[in-house]
Amino acid sequence: MSFKIAPSPHGHNQRNTSEMMRWVCYALVPGVLLQSYFFGPGVWFQITLAVATAVLAEMACTVARERPAFSALRDNTAIVTAILLAISIHSLAPWWVIVIGTLFAIVVVKHVYGGMGQNLFNPAMAGYVLLLISFPVQMTNWLPASTISEHSLTLWQTLHTILFEYTPAGYSVEQLRAGIDGVTMATPLDTIKTELTRGYTLTEIYQGPEFSYFAGAGWQWINLGFLVGGLLLIQQRIISWHIPLGFLAGLCLPAFIAHIFAPDLMPGPIVHALSGATMLGAFFIATDPVSAATSNRGRVIFALLIGFIVFVIRSWGGYPDAVAFAVLLANMCVPLIDRYTRPVVYGHGD
Amino acid sequence: MSDVKTVNRDFNTGIIGQFPGGVHPPERKQPASSRPIRRLPLPAELILPVRQHIGPSGKVLVEVGERVDKGQRLTEAGLSQGLPLHAPTSGVIAAIEERPTAHASGLPEHAIVIHPDGEERWGNKHALPDYHDIEISRLLELVQEAGIAGLGGAGFPTAQKLAQQKPLKHLIINGVECEPYIAADDRLMQEYADDIIAGTRILQYITRCNSVLFAIEDNKPEAIKAIAAAIDDDTQIQLKVVPTKYPSGGEKQLIELLTGHQVPSGKLPMDIGLLMQNVGTAYAVKRAIIHGEPLLERVVTLTGEALEQRGNVWALLGTPIQHLLDESGFNPEKKQRIIMGGPMMGFTLPSTEVPVIKTTNCILAPTDHELPAPGPELACIRCGACSDVCPATLQPQQLQWLAKAKDYDELEKHHLFDCIECGACAYVCPSEIPLVHYYRKAKAEVRNIAREKAKAEQARKRFEARQERLEREKQERLERHRKAAEERKKMQQEKASRPDSKTDSGDEKPAEKSAAVAAAIARAKAKKAAQAAKDNADEDSSAKGNES
Repeated sequence: MSFKIAPSPHGHNQRNTSEMMRWVCYALVPGVLLQSYFFGPGVWFQITLAVATAVLAEMACTVARERPAFSALRDNTAIVTAILLAISIHSLAPWWVIVIGTLFAIVVVKHVYGGMGQNLFNPAMAGYVLLLISFPVQMTNWLPASTISEHSLTLWQTLHTILFEYTPAGYSVEQLRAGIDGVTMATPLDTIKTELTRGYTLTEIYQGPEFSYFAGAGWQWINLGFLVGGLLLIQQRIISWHIPLGFLAGLCLPAFIAHIFAPDLMPGPIVHALSGATMLGAFFIATDPVSAATSNRGRVIFALLIGFIVFVIRSWGGYPDAVAFAVLLANMCVPLIDRYTRPVVYGHGD
Repeated sequence: MSDVKTVNRDFNTGIIGQFPGGVHPPERKQPASSRPIRRLPLPAELILPVRQHIGPSGKVLVEVGERVDKGQRLTEAGLSQGLPLHAPTSGVIAAIEERPTAHASGLPEHAIVIHPDGEERWGNKHALPDYHDIEISRLLELVQEAGIAGLGGAGFPTAQKLAQQKPLKHLIINGVECEPYIAADDRLMQEYADDIIAGTRILQYITRCNSVLFAIEDNKPEAIKAIAAAIDDDTQIQLKVVPTKYPSGGEKQLIELLTGHQVPSGKLPMDIGLLMQNVGTAYAVKRAIIHGEPLLERVVTLTGEALEQRGNVWALLGTPIQHLLDESGFNPEKKQRIIMGGPMMGFTLPSTEVPVIKTTNCILAPTDHELPAPGPELACIRCGACSDVCPATLQPQQLQWLAKAKDYDELEKHHLFDCIECGACAYVCPSEIPLVHYYRKAKAEVRNIAREKAKAEQARKRFEARQERLEREKQERLERHRKAAEERKKMQQEKASRPDSKTDSGDEKPAEKSAAVAAAIARAKAKKAAQAAKDNADEDSSAKGNES
């Protein structure tokens, strides 16, 4: 009889890429649930649109590259990219925004560079930056969290707004953002930025309706949700602690020092850690292995760099949040970091 | 489990170092480790590949049809690294021919085939119960003549490893057996602890080393007890219980674990005063010196769920694998794999007609359920799981990219050749990339390139030497012609300057003479023309040689 020939090793620890990506999706659940609680069911529409677009784009690209259409989908990476992009944009953004962003992420950032494992940049963040630069108005129209909002939309109203940019009653997203006093409300980070330029101190700014407890209303809970999911990923050994910890250290340490010197001008580490996309970025975005550094030492440097750039842009830059820019900038440094953090091979020390 | 812990407390005499990486695959040493080593009935034939170890093979000393005794020498010890081969049992030489052998390629090799006669008739044995008054060089010769090669891994001839001249800090006896499933060394230690320690003392005597580190992994409590009892109060032998982790039994990893030192790349353990021998080798040395028995058999673990009777057997060298499977209740499934060695580093056999050789420690016949065949290879996502487990702190993912890109210079810069092929990287790779397979291919390719380069260099030297010779010959030829021409000129001048020339005398004779001269000149000219043509042709051909 004939026997099967196979290269060693003849066993595997049975944790494969598809399964890892599935775990990433599970770990996103607490954060996404909280996000849909505070920003309405639009989050789910955005995710559905993004995933559908990503799956079709992935299939089209693999067919165009003369590979089996379903084999690329099996690894679930396109789905993760789509979800990350969908939860990075606000829940009432017009449908074509997420479709364009996802197409760019999958087709250009991923497949044009050679597909799975070959992309230089984090696809979701590159897609986000494209959208932010091309459609600044649609991208920055974040509503206030539902707990402090004057309006709450039904499922049908949400869908109508995403499809036609107006609620069935004819309100634009811009109008929906207005508070009880008719003044437009922004995200907590945005509020800090604009109010500081108008000469208010942080103590005064924190009195506003956008803030409660430790940081921004709604946003703090969403960040804690992503933190819980991220810790689950570490516990499951899907990601290692190096990147999340490096990211948070790179952001919070400078924030802490700055806060000590200028407590009324520079927000403290807790505000930074629980605002914007901090936790999502630290545990789910910067940890994308493809575009991160490869050695553990390199990853710490990579993550510190991201955290620090986020701090710098939030404090002095033109954008209220900066995770996407920081990640892309650090992606560019990866080959350099990898080169200088190569571990010493056995027998080459001393 | 509590048993293991008490053993740890008693014998863990301080592990100094640790090695990076490593994995913890399911051990699955049961039931092999708890069943006594069996003896099987003799097989119908024994196949002994003439070359069983690293190094050239020796001359065959027997003929087809000859009756041989058990332990009779079949081949001459070859040059430098050669080891002799012995008849594992008495019988008749049935054939000396090409047979498939235990190599991943399954390529046939020259082999001696014996039909056992069942008499187990021993030839002469030169037992040396007391070796302490024997010279070390003689003991080394005896180890060499017994055909002993390292039974743990690569099968390097033991006598040559022992013959090194440098003073030793420690002699390390390796009873770690970190690879899953395999329990051959484990059982040997449980049943033959005294013989192993006796063999260790012989090795100590040969290497003049008074410090032995005897390493066993902590998942072998019975073996630890047995060896501890055999060591008794010998203070020169320290028992070191090392934590279970694959590949702690690798030579370099175990050295780092026990001493905290790394073997510098490209050097041998003896360069830092260390020598490692496997427990099976220590046992074989004891049999060879004290009992005068050459290496004829070894313990082989027969395991995997496709076998009904799993356990260890004493297998004569040359026993066909099929015989071992037949004796173990083999139920092959579809696409059955037969692995020689363990699941991490073993290789699949294309046929079960191949024989047991000196380095065969395990035959593993797994079902697809217990060791699932790898899924389709996906793209590398640079997750770095492989570098986390690499015991050599290489960057397997980088090596993989470079190997696929065939960037051999960069591969060497990333220290491809420090890879020990333990398979930990491929074991954890979420994209199921057969990483070790790529490294082996790349290593073979780098070696090929080096060989080709050496060949080309030799060819170039040969060509240059030929060119030089042709040029020299041409110069010599021209020189000869020039001299001949001068000679002729001189003669003509002498002739012309002779005062009493007879050319004007008017008789017939001079005319005849001048005709003869003219004919001679014509002949010489023709010859010269022919020579010139030949020279041209020569030059053409050498020019062509240059182009090619």
